[in-house]
Amino acid sequence: VIDSLGAPESVLVLGGTSEIGTALIEQFRTSGRLRRVVLAARPSALRDQLSSRLAGQLAEVRTVDFDATDLDRIGETMRACLDDADIDVVVIAAGVLPDNEEALRRPAVAVEAAQVNYVAAMAALLHAADALRRQGHGVLVVLSSVAAERPRAANFVYGSTKAGLDSVSRGLAEQLRGSGVTLLTVRPGFVRTRMTAGMAPAPFSTDPTTVARAIAENLRGPSRVIWVPGLLRWVMLALRAMPAAVFRRLPQ
Amino acid sequence: MADRRGYTGWGRTAPTVARPATAADPAQLAEVIEAARAAGRGLIARGLGRSYGDAAQNAGGTVLELTGFDDISSIAADGSVTCGAAVSIDSLLARTLPRGWFVPVTPGTRFVSLAGAVSADVHGKNHHRDGSLASHLSGLELVDGLGVHRSLTPADPLFWGVVGGMGLLGILTSVTLRLRPVRSGRLVVRTSRTRDLQDTMQVLAEADRQAPYTVAWVDCLAAGRRLGRGVVTAGTHSEDDGLDARPRQPLPLPAGLPGNLLNRHTVAAFNELYYRAARPGVARLPYWQYFYPLDALAGWNRLYGRAGFVQYQFVTADPADVEWVIAALRQHGAASFLAVLKRFGPGNPAPLSFPAAGWTLAVDIPAALPGLAGLLDRFDERIAAAGGRVYLAKDSRLGRAAFRAMYPRLPEWSSLRDQADPHRVFVSDLSRRLAL
Repeated sequence: VIDSLGAPESVLVLGGTSEIGTALIEQFRTSGRLRRVVLAARPSALRDQLSSRLAGQLAEVRTVDFDATDLDRIGETMRACLDDADIDVVVIAAGVLPDNEEALRRPAVAVEAAQVNYVAAMAALLHAADALRRQGHGVLVVLSSVAAERPRAANFVYGSTKAGLDSVSRGLAEQLRGSGVTLLTVRPGFVRTRMTAGMAPAPFSTDPTTVARAIAENLRGPSRVIWVPGLLRWVMLALRAMPAAVFRRLPQ
Repeated sequence: MADRRGYTGWGRTAPTVARPATAADPAQLAEVIEAARAAGRGLIARGLGRSYGDAAQNAGGTVLELTGFDDISSIAADGSVTCGAAVSIDSLLARTLPRGWFVPVTPGTRFVSLAGAVSADVHGKNHHRDGSLASHLSGLELVDGLGVHRSLTPADPLFWGVVGGMGLLGILTSVTLRLRPVRSGRLVVRTSRTRDLQDTMQVLAEADRQAPYTVAWVDCLAAGRRLGRGVVTAGTHSEDDGLDARPRQPLPLPAGLPGNLLNRHTVAAFNELYYRAARPGVARLPYWQYFYPLDALAGWNRLYGRAGFVQYQFVTADPADVEWVIAALRQHGAASFLAVLKRFGPGNPAPLSFPAAGWTLAVDIPAALPGLAGLLDRFDERIAAAGGRVYLAKDSRLGRAAFRAMYPRLPEWSSLRDQADPHRVFVSDLSRRLAL
């Protein structure tokens, strides 16, 4: 269980090698209460490296093979992640950032992004919500994006996949009221990670540690939408209301 | 009854959801226990919800709301009385005080069930003289994890597992205790003001030699040399004034209070006022005003707002630990509205009972205070190293390793629990957190 001061004992990361997921595990580890981590990710050298490093620091580390493009097996994978013991925090961090230009030339790229970022993430989220509802406690963390807010010419494919997930996430948060389970919909700005390497950082960019800290600070209390950095909430409020002719002229 | 319900402790932190259940007699209890075992996430009994942390909640499992079991027997010549486990100290006193009997030990609220009081092995202002509640019990009735009815006396090893056992050996159905004869519903209370912590401790130790009830309120925000100044009150049952001292009904807390009512500044102002208002001298107070000042305000725990609060209560043999903790709290800016200091007498044979010879300090702190988790972890480390411990009935955040260091007799308790509940039907969020 998550204690009165917000320290969890166990965490499951879907997209277990994601930098935000890793930063979040580090953040939780500082409380000294974290004992168990489940990393669900595709087999990779990075996953092995991460799990063996964590195994030296925590009582129990498990890896589960998870392929977000294999939609038929998601239920089975989630059961493998969740069935043997309580999980305090489930982080849905699996995602890809498609090249928008390439997706315009090859729509299959857009379809795959939608499968990973939206369809698979939704399926995993719904399975996790069901397990947490039964255990009567826990926090679901869904990594959405600021790109979910208003489509732009430069990255609307990615934005639309996150918009779908964001919508499921906020709707589910409402549905979970009274269940003991809360849900954090996290909307970071541009995060400097492997996924965005080589891209010019947009305004209000941030890093995985800052995102992780914002999540950890909001683990107690009701479901909510978290912006990182927090100022983005107000920036996006303004951008949403902006006429298209003006929005278009902003630096992309 | 609702299918699912949210539960927290008195500190209103770490809410979880469980299925509520009730039972009117031991046979129904055995059914509830069996159903909880089959459902797989266990059962815990809940009385009046005055444990501060997660002792009386069970995420995803069953919470037995102890509502039946409220009979009170007639009082024997030696003061013995048998009560249903759900009877509160409030209702017990309403019955016994007019006949000249008082409870032998009482915590700082009269709204606790006897089952909860036994399970936490509560102590009161008379611990230095009379020990904890366990010293005044002669019998317990319990339905264990197999649904078997057990009658326990202090001669049974299991009795001492139940005492302080946080409800994890079974569901208590009745409690037999010996009351204290009194001639009055009032207490003669001597109040003294102290200059600093050393003075507070000295005055308290002197008062312990004269009065059966002693306690000190301590100002944890006073600056510099005045740190730990306080107000010591020493009470004795009055010999006259009559037995009709019915408590005033608690006033409801006004609605719509701001969430941050108790902060560093308001608490510092309160402390200053309280210190100045405490008139040194002797007064006669009704028992409820002396023992239960906070019961006057129903739901005072809501003063801490939505984020709730934690109470940190520890015992240590070394007075230097108390001074160190108070100094660290002040340095951290942790405003404690309630800081209560008391000297304990020796402990008892129960492996998980809290009191032990030495000093106990209890402080209430808003749960949202930045850096609180690390601060309390540092306290744990020092208290455990000194052979002290924190009180499970107040706890909501202790780590497993610190808990094991503080309660080295845990293995003894675990083997008693395995006798009473081999299938581990009794589970709470506290037992999950501490791997009890």
